[in-house]
Amino acid sequence: MRTAQFTKQAETNVKAEKRKAWWSRYKSTLRYALHVITHPFDGFWDLAHENKGSLAAANTFLFLFLLTRVLKLMCTSFQFISAPVQHINLFEETFSLLIPFLVLCLANWAMTTLFDGKGRFKDIYIAMCYALVPYVMIQLLMIVVSNMITFEEGSFYNVMLGFSVVWCVFLAFVGLMQVHDYSPLKTAIFLIVTVVGACVILFLVLVFFSLLSDAAGYFISMYREIVYRLY
Amino acid sequence: MNGTPIFEHRGETCVKVVKRVLAALCVFAMLLPMAAIADDSFSMAHDGFSTSYTYNYDYWGDVQMSPDAYRVSAVIDSTTLGLENLDGKRLMKPQGLFVRDQDLYIADTGNNRIVQVHFDGRDFAFVRAISEISGCENNTFNSPYDVFVDQEYNIYVADYGNFRVVMFDKDLNWLKEFVKPEDATFDQNLDFLPKKITVDVAGRLYVLANNVNKGFVKYESDTVFTGFIGANKVSVNMGAYIWKRYFQTKEQRAASESFVPTEYENLYMDKDGFIYATNTVFSEYDLKSDAAKPIRCLNGIGNDILVKNDRYPPIGDLWWISESVPYGPSKMTDITVLDNEIYVTVDRTRGRLFGYDSQGIMLWAFGTKGNVDGAFTSPIGIEHMGYDLLVLDQLENSVTVFSPTEYGMMIYNAIETYLRGEYDASAELWQDVMRLNANYPLAFRGIGRALLRQDKYKEAMDYFEKAHDRQNYGRAFKLYRKEWVEANIWWIVIVLAVLLAVPLTLKRIKRTKWEVMMYENSTVHKAG
Repeated sequence: MRTAQFTKQAETNVKAEKRKAWWSRYKSTLRYALHVITHPFDGFWDLAHENKGSLAAANTFLFLFLLTRVLKLMCTSFQFISAPVQHINLFEETFSLLIPFLVLCLANWAMTTLFDGKGRFKDIYIAMCYALVPYVMIQLLMIVVSNMITFEEGSFYNVMLGFSVVWCVFLAFVGLMQVHDYSPLKTAIFLIVTVVGACVILFLVLVFFSLLSDAAGYFISMYREIVYRLY
Repeated sequence: MNGTPIFEHRGETCVKVVKRVLAALCVFAMLLPMAAIADDSFSMAHDGFSTSYTYNYDYWGDVQMSPDAYRVSAVIDSTTLGLENLDGKRLMKPQGLFVRDQDLYIADTGNNRIVQVHFDGRDFAFVRAISEISGCENNTFNSPYDVFVDQEYNIYVADYGNFRVVMFDKDLNWLKEFVKPEDATFDQNLDFLPKKITVDVAGRLYVLANNVNKGFVKYESDTVFTGFIGANKVSVNMGAYIWKRYFQTKEQRAASESFVPTEYENLYMDKDGFIYATNTVFSEYDLKSDAAKPIRCLNGIGNDILVKNDRYPPIGDLWWISESVPYGPSKMTDITVLDNEIYVTVDRTRGRLFGYDSQGIMLWAFGTKGNVDGAFTSPIGIEHMGYDLLVLDQLENSVTVFSPTEYGMMIYNAIETYLRGEYDASAELWQDVMRLNANYPLAFRGIGRALLRQDKYKEAMDYFEKAHDRQNYGRAFKLYRKEWVEANIWWIVIVLAVLLAVPLTLKRIKRTKWEVMMYENSTVHKAG
């Protein structure tokens, strides 16, 4: 009886320890994003090869990125973005970003695997998610700022938005370079190849679904025909 | 009796008939509410006027139904004018319309005459039909397309078939004629075919002539031709140009159309002497980017100075249902400018009237195609008499008179009081408009402007946001922000101070702690 209790307590202790460790690692990987965006060359190298990042943190950044997009549409002052709220579909807005993002990661993985890229899919995904951090940080701030400035003062706002995007693109470039251990030229070439690959993936998916719907349509119409004849 | 056997014979049939009648009654009873709805929305409203489907576009270009701004008050045609009793000639394909004071002049093109109608405040009564003038050789008209009457009641007629614009006084004595310009800039192989005319206060005549694509033909008051004004700019698509210039054979090039400017559709001169012109030859994709410019306002040297301060330029309908029967962009056949600088155009595609204020913001749109009062078959001309709008239909051979409703007058009053500088009074009128139509951006803007003048920045901001007016919102917001900062300056200072002081203090504490620890360590070592 007593031993059982002790083991149980020990188990919970181990669990609590594990949770605590996970949390501390999660926090440190989150904090590591600040290092990555300011020291991209070191940061991405360690992210991919020294296991300094975590999937949980990457997921968090992706979620925050999508959240930022939605908040930007809803909360930016109408002087800068006037989204037709009555026509907006949040799922459409989020998935129109999430799906291209994932497809591009997948295409990049598929292409670089063939040409001695060092990165696994997980590494690419984590690196790309970490590259989104400046977007989240700046644009979230800009949502607040947009409500404090007027239309005439908008150039500051626009410059900051542009800056966040440029920073992100730069980070993504460096991230891919470090993850795959590529030269800059090779990375640039593979960026183009990735886009082509993503197009191929989308094409295949479209073909698959159109064939699927054709097939389904065939059986549905056959069923209808039979029902129609029988009655 | 003959009847009894027949009745007995038809006994069964009788029952059937009764059943059928009952069924029909049931169906009719079911349809009644529908019929009532249809009746309400279609032709007759409760006050006996027909409704006119008034709508407006909101900021996103969505249609927002609105109360009627105008309703039909009269329809003038050959019967109401008593033309049959006069000489049996009904109006035939009339092409032009003009209003001077209380008189309405209709260019009855098919009958080669001008019909003058007088409005006495209640009814439109026939005055005279002008088909002959005196004092010149050719004293009849041949297909008069348009008519203009100046302030001394001299009448100008665009005598299309006689290749002239003829001017005569109100007693029909010939005064002068404007004929084909004998000038190198006018192609002498072409006939001079005047379609639409207007005259400014100095007696200068502007003619929209068929086959002339250099703009309007301009004459001085002494009938001397002085050139063209307001030519449409030639629009060349770069791709089309390269294709045509470098890839087509000579034959292909000759066969395809050349790059020439297009002709105007109609013109109107407002009280300040600006020519408002409409243009119906454009590609529909140029409309929203404002490359097409279907409505223009030409100044003295022929430049388009129309003010466009709305999100969309004034182009009539912004969109139309694909595969609908009258498909395509609005084609403005005529335009008129009210005394309060509001211009109204009539569209022949869907028979619509569009009203715009002097800033190019749509006030309302209404009208449709059809045969009920207030609908058109082929509208060709529009004029105004005070606030009333008169629309000429060339196939119905009638003039439909629209009078503003209470709502329409409210909008006009609000705009006019604002133009007069009575801003607060204008805001009160806009409040009334808002009560009748809560989807009216102009009302929000009007109220917002008044609130801004009363230094109620926060409220003004709310109204400007509803109207999607960025400029004015920015103005109000700037003042509001200043006020807010001034009111809360101490809080801001305190918050900033705290933000700066707290991390510094924490750092200090940490450091002191560390120093104490180091000191203790060192003393322990010494003691050891």
